[in-house]
Amino acid sequence: MTPPEYTYPAGALAFPHRGLTGIAGLAPHQIWFLLDEAEQWVEMNRGAQKRVELLSGLTIINAFFENSTRTLLSFEIAGKRLGADVVNMAVATSSVKKGETLIDTAMTLNAMRADAIVIRHASSGAVQLIADKVDCPVLNAGDGQHEHPTQALLDALTIRQAKRAFNGLRVTICGDILHSRVARSNILCLASLGADVRVCAPPALMPADIEQMGVTVFHDFDAALKGADVVMMLRLQMERMEGQFIPSPREYRHLYGLTLDRLELAESNALVMHPGPMNRGVEIDSNVADHVERSMITTQVEMGVAIRMACLDVLTRKGRKMEGWA
Amino acid sequence: MSLHAPLTVTGGRLLLADGSIQSGAVRCEGGFITAIGAEVAAQDGDTVHDARGQIVAPGLVDIGVFAIDKPAFHFGGITRAALMPDQNPPLDVSARVRFAAQSGKPDFWVHPLAAATQGLEGKALAEIAMMRDAGARAVCTGRRWIGDSGTMLRLLQYTGMLGMVVIAHAEDAGIVGNAVATAGEMATRLGLPSAPAQAEALAIARDIALAEMANAAIHFRNVTTAAGLELVRAAKARGLKVTAGVSPAYFMLSDLSIGAFRTFTHLSPALRCEADRRAVVAAIADGTIDVIASGHDPRGPEDKRLPFSDSAPGMAGAETLLPLTMSLVRDGVIDMARAFELIAANPAKLLGVNAGSLAVGAEADIAVLDPERPWIVNSDKMAAAAGNTPFDRQPVQGRVLALFKGGVAVRMKKIGG
Repeated sequence: MTPPEYTYPAGALAFPHRGLTGIAGLAPHQIWFLLDEAEQWVEMNRGAQKRVELLSGLTIINAFFENSTRTLLSFEIAGKRLGADVVNMAVATSSVKKGETLIDTAMTLNAMRADAIVIRHASSGAVQLIADKVDCPVLNAGDGQHEHPTQALLDALTIRQAKRAFNGLRVTICGDILHSRVARSNILCLASLGADVRVCAPPALMPADIEQMGVTVFHDFDAALKGADVVMMLRLQMERMEGQFIPSPREYRHLYGLTLDRLELAESNALVMHPGPMNRGVEIDSNVADHVERSMITTQVEMGVAIRMACLDVLTRKGRKMEGWA
Repeated sequence: MSLHAPLTVTGGRLLLADGSIQSGAVRCEGGFITAIGAEVAAQDGDTVHDARGQIVAPGLVDIGVFAIDKPAFHFGGITRAALMPDQNPPLDVSARVRFAAQSGKPDFWVHPLAAATQGLEGKALAEIAMMRDAGARAVCTGRRWIGDSGTMLRLLQYTGMLGMVVIAHAEDAGIVGNAVATAGEMATRLGLPSAPAQAEALAIARDIALAEMANAAIHFRNVTTAAGLELVRAAKARGLKVTAGVSPAYFMLSDLSIGAFRTFTHLSPALRCEADRRAVVAAIADGTIDVIASGHDPRGPEDKRLPFSDSAPGMAGAETLLPLTMSLVRDGVIDMARAFELIAANPAKLLGVNAGSLAVGAEADIAVLDPERPWIVNSDKMAAAAGNTPFDRQPVQGRVLALFKGGVAVRMKKIGG
């Protein structure tokens, strides 16, 4: 059902990047290409037979320097469904925070001849640092407050399936924008595809000069919701806050919680999205999160596996000497 | 008395204390300059150095370095440096100050800066008078700002009485927090912890008010924003004992340089926006800034080959201090005489040392230099203990050809081309 907005060249020119460290640097048609590639895996994942041998014999290492449940699981399932050998390496942040250890770990993984490395790290730029040092493709599964590209891609796929086109689509992202890599990747991705992106947060949780990224800034949630086609909620990242940014979660909900009443302000068919994990009763009420027609939250998780399969497939094509990619 | 023969540097263009440039010679005896001028000639038994028409200038005096890194200082023409108290352990007792003061001799002089507070924690005052008598030339808050205004006031009252200048780091710590970048589009795109540039002006405003109350002298080591410089300008106009310094990174670079997470551009204070960079250039031109200093802080891969926010701030700056200051001369921002006020005479005055200018009676710290000579900064081939420079691969002009400390030639490490 590819809408005709973007065309892309054949073979490796469709996605000429060695790895996926961020949405920044991707052209709109390259984003589109990944979304198209993911569609086949959405279909396969819905069937009974959920495994192909495309990446058979390849080793994928998930190196997570920061705790994660859903993203790690999603990457693991994605790799396994493509037939790869997937190894998870969970490293406590404390032991790699200092000294050369991060680079040393990267060099070790490299020496083990992984065919792709998926990295999550608590510091912005850490994934790029590793990507510059290893020979295989590196996928960013979230670096600090910088980027989380596969999340943005899976969100785009979710939106595309429901709304078909992005041009002029009003997307409101509300929550802890300051500490959110999901917000940054989504802003870059959605703005690049032509959506009208609004961000909403109290000033303390809004990064400086974010309008330079092509978004409209709101502090009043009701105003930000007016006419929105998609409402994307983010949680408060208390663990990244030093000092007090908001008076209390209860007070936060008072101004920025997505309730059924507030959702009325958006378009009548507006989608509700959340990258998880949710704090029910804070940024989103349960009856909104579980809204059968409006909530896309479980669809997002489903699209996540397909997007990660597409990324692993595309990024290993050169290594697998696929025709047109080697 | 020196055991060395008297030195005469002949055939040079002398950069004199009054700012003029004159052909002639400089003669030094017993470690001091004894004669300067066109008629000065070498005498029998002198060591003679022919400057071959190059500039003969005072050795540079560098305020606020973090390490004693002699090869780098000598390469850069620096003969004296004021050492930051942020050592391990900190320079907060007289014994450590006395040791640091001896650590560069004979061919390099270290002027230790006394820690203002014990352990540089910003709480209890350190034994400043004892450190002064052990050789400390000024008092310094270190890398950090003293957050408690009461402590800062008492510090300034005390240093005012002792006649010592306080060298302050000007950034409001409550606003800065764990920031590693200046708030703005670049920090937002990179997702780096950032703080508004106004943290500097807030700190400067408070410290100027306290210094005025205490009638004490204060020097801000790095003033990097238009708002901060405006406060310094106004304080000077009111006759307060306020001076300001800056490192070349802040007039050469803006926060655009932190793109791609290059940790060599992780500095403290963080690099500012382009408008602030231009304000620094203007403040150097109009005299608001008194001192240009290297902030020399060599950091190896264990501190720098890390994610940006986990890396240590600081740059190796000793080798590029002269050429980057010379770039201001070539750009017509300042003239040669003013350049050497900024990198030699003013810092010497601030530290109260008898150096920093070519004058009879001054200590014979002399640099022979070619201000036009081109070379390329190469972080892999530096004299410094580490090559963490944001100016890597950048072509620069200005190179020291010979250096004399106390009238004795300094052996220079041969680096690069």
